[in-house]
Amino acid sequence: MQATILSLPWLSLAIWLPIVAGIIVLMLGSDQKPTLTRWVALIGSLISFVVTIPLYTGFDHKDGFFQFEELLSWVPAFNMHYHLGIDGFSLPLVLLTSFTTVIVVIAAWEVITKQIAQYMAAFLIMSGIMIGVFTTLDALLYYVFWEAMLIPMFLVIGVWGGPNRVYATVKFFLYTLLGSLLMLVAFIYLYHQTGSFELADYYLLPLSFKAQILIFIAFFMAFAVKIPMWPVHTWLPDAHVEAPTGGSVVLAAIALKLGGYSFLRFAMPIAPDAAHYFSTTMIVLSLIAVVYIALVALVQKDMKKLIAYSSISHMGFVTLGFFMFGQLALEGAMVQMISHGFISSAMFLCVGVLYDRVHSREISAYGGVVNTMPVFAAFAVLFAMANSGLPGTSGFVGEFMVILAAVKFNFWVAFFAATTLIFGAAYTLWMTKRVFFGEVANHHVAELADLNKREFFILAILAVLVIGFGVYPQPITEVMQATSAEFLKHMAISKLPVAGY
Amino acid sequence: MDNMQYDLITLLPELIVLGMAMFILLLDLFILPQNRFVLYGLSQLTLLVAGFVTFNTHSPAVGFAFSHMFIDDTLADVIKIMMFVGTSLIFVYTRKYLQDRQMFRGEFYAMVLFGLLGMMIMVSGQSLLTIYMGLELLSLCLYSLVAFDRDNTRASEAAMKYFVLGALASGMLLYGMSMLYGMTGSLDVNDIANHIAEQQKNNPVLLMGLVFVVAGIAFKFGAVPFQMWVPDVYQGSPTPMTLIIGSVPKLAAFAMTVRLLVQGLHPLAVHWQEMMLLMAVLSIVIGNFSAIVQTNLKRMLAYSTISHVGFIMFGFMSANANGFASSFFYITAYVLMSIAGFGVILLLSRQGFEAEEINDLKGLNQKHPWYAFLMLIIMFSMAGIPPTLGFYAKFTVLQAAWQAGFTYAVVLAALMAVIGAFYYLNIVRKMYFDAPEQYGAITAPLELRIVLSVHALALLGLGLFPEVLLSICGRSLLMSLQ
Repeated sequence: MQATILSLPWLSLAIWLPIVAGIIVLMLGSDQKPTLTRWVALIGSLISFVVTIPLYTGFDHKDGFFQFEELLSWVPAFNMHYHLGIDGFSLPLVLLTSFTTVIVVIAAWEVITKQIAQYMAAFLIMSGIMIGVFTTLDALLYYVFWEAMLIPMFLVIGVWGGPNRVYATVKFFLYTLLGSLLMLVAFIYLYHQTGSFELADYYLLPLSFKAQILIFIAFFMAFAVKIPMWPVHTWLPDAHVEAPTGGSVVLAAIALKLGGYSFLRFAMPIAPDAAHYFSTTMIVLSLIAVVYIALVALVQKDMKKLIAYSSISHMGFVTLGFFMFGQLALEGAMVQMISHGFISSAMFLCVGVLYDRVHSREISAYGGVVNTMPVFAAFAVLFAMANSGLPGTSGFVGEFMVILAAVKFNFWVAFFAATTLIFGAAYTLWMTKRVFFGEVANHHVAELADLNKREFFILAILAVLVIGFGVYPQPITEVMQATSAEFLKHMAISKLPVAGY
Repeated sequence: MDNMQYDLITLLPELIVLGMAMFILLLDLFILPQNRFVLYGLSQLTLLVAGFVTFNTHSPAVGFAFSHMFIDDTLADVIKIMMFVGTSLIFVYTRKYLQDRQMFRGEFYAMVLFGLLGMMIMVSGQSLLTIYMGLELLSLCLYSLVAFDRDNTRASEAAMKYFVLGALASGMLLYGMSMLYGMTGSLDVNDIANHIAEQQKNNPVLLMGLVFVVAGIAFKFGAVPFQMWVPDVYQGSPTPMTLIIGSVPKLAAFAMTVRLLVQGLHPLAVHWQEMMLLMAVLSIVIGNFSAIVQTNLKRMLAYSTISHVGFIMFGFMSANANGFASSFFYITAYVLMSIAGFGVILLLSRQGFEAEEINDLKGLNQKHPWYAFLMLIIMFSMAGIPPTLGFYAKFTVLQAAWQAGFTYAVVLAALMAVIGAFYYLNIVRKMYFDAPEQYGAITAPLELRIVLSVHALALLGLGLFPEVLLSICGRSLLMSLQ
């Protein structure tokens, strides 16, 4: 690693630059000066993205531990530290976050006309906070970021959302808060056991079986709500449907990953014995999400709701991969998270493109869109294929790795997991067929104008990424190999006190 | 040094406040109504000088005056300075409101300063008598402040309620104190503690006395089951008086609890811990659930106060230094939040418009995005969402209670915080998601706007960097309790 790259606090920059940019947008921008507001936001998001690139280029693939560490004392009264660091799990997610923010800013360009500055600022600030969640190694700091994220998201859904936005956003907030507070209780317990909030201390702390079970359940409440796992998923379709396009993109692409990532960072390594104990339960819950939620998606009439359910189903794959405790499964789950970040963003953006023109998300309001929007239809079909896991797209890689690992693990698990290839294709392609193909359904569709340059640009970037990572997923997998090996090594060692139990 | 002289020097801040309160009362007779801002200025000056004197005469050593009836320790000094800051904020926030409603009179400032004097005496009370005297001085000022707007029937009703129930509570406290005195033969809290520890931990009369003392304290805090007066008085009083009742006196109540229960009755901690636990849990549950259905902002804040008091008691029931420090931190945070919350109401109200219904905040973000943002910070801070001060407040008390072994109570309180979040979110929701209904410019003076902005941002700043306040609270308490 070069000394020059380490000389700047890149992680702090990645967190605080977007937040500062958000504050600048709030101060400079207004509805009277929309162009200025948009450009400031775009430049802010681009700079914020650029500062995350050195994290990738300077990352040592062979090192399975934390890199780019920053350690400052923050609140000595609680022995709380400003401790940052990334490993192979968090690095791709940090990049995904900063990248998605750029996409969201561009996607909102002409679409958002009401309180532009606040909208842009909310996303920039949220981006910084989410990177904070992915990079902190101090439990209390992590909690601060985790909860702080709720505030901008609450406002984004509530201010710029659809007709039922208030119900959706309050539900989103309270659901998430309920889970988080139990996690806080778990942190309080761990704090009194170790006297610190250092994650490293928690990893080494021996815990009785009962304590591990309770801690795992508390974490599960927080993370399962966020992912979301069946049966605590019900906030997600509401929030997704009512959120503005940008909100849906950030929710699907990043917010859900916070839950998945946190399982790897907290729940599993802190309570490994409980994680093993609950693995069957978790696998069953994941399979229910994969199969049952896919069936629910099949009958949706609203495009955004359909994609929301499809997200839950795909996230089922992620938790499934985590709890099989194999390197292939784990990496498959991580790839699935990243790939789902791209694909779901693209799907929501596609719905956004249609919604901006027709102001309806109902599948039945469309039909034969390909006739009036051929370029758009090409993109949409590509992303639909990726969503259903077509080989050659990034959607395939993760699912395939997880299924492959599942075959070794247990035939029936693999069997049910593999049904997603059928159900996923069924609900996605059926929706595509109804929306894009056939006769032109009504005069709204007949009057549709094809993509403008801006929309083409963002969809094209996402298309390149989806295909690129589908053909050549190494950039994602190689950074996490060492980390996942370390992780599994850690998970294999029981943390039960030697004398006890 | 001569004994009397030493006593008077120790009491210098109190004497300053006393002298100035009387001077302002007198001056008011001779001053023309249009020159009354002089009284406002003098009151602020009083606070400044008293704060300066308190700060400069502070020493880490504990000083006693008037034969151990009055104590001057770090805790007292810190709380007094906090009270000066709080009262000063109150004066800034209330001036315009009082002027608009013909309540801008010298008596107001004199009353508040006398009340402040009462609180200062409570804070430094080392004998049951001193504490009671301070409490009564404060209470009498508060009763009359509530009824300050003579022609306001609702305020008079609130004052009547407050007075009757408050007198009852004072009576209970005094009755309890008399039992303590009867059993221990001393009024000095430290003597009482020593006496109980040496001889009679399970004396039934002492326990009876304890129950009455705790009931008196609970009433002053407004904890369940002594919370009945809180919503009515909060709603009925003119907003500046609500602001006064709901903020700084809580600091005094905290100090009174420290003096009576921690210093005086610590040997009986096992018994008052149980009472505190019950009151804390009930306050959080009842306060939060009742707040949900309120449509009046002041009434909602009243119920939210009850639930905050529950959290404060969580710290006390731990009955160790960590717990008391967490209570102190929580109460400081609460006073800051509550002054800011009422500050926003005062900011938005103008001649003939009270801004005290939750619906009056509708669409505030579209009209005045900056003030909506400030209220957003205050509400999230009250709800305990990081990165605001309110989060660390909740966190400190919960971890203290956990450390003391109240596991289930902590889990319950954490779940109740979700209920609490609901009604704070409701306000944010009205401000940000609804279209504005009430149109009208903000007529508040510049000083109010600036001070309120700094104040609300401080809730965020202290949430990002809570260490300063945490260490002040923790250390001052440790130095005084040792």
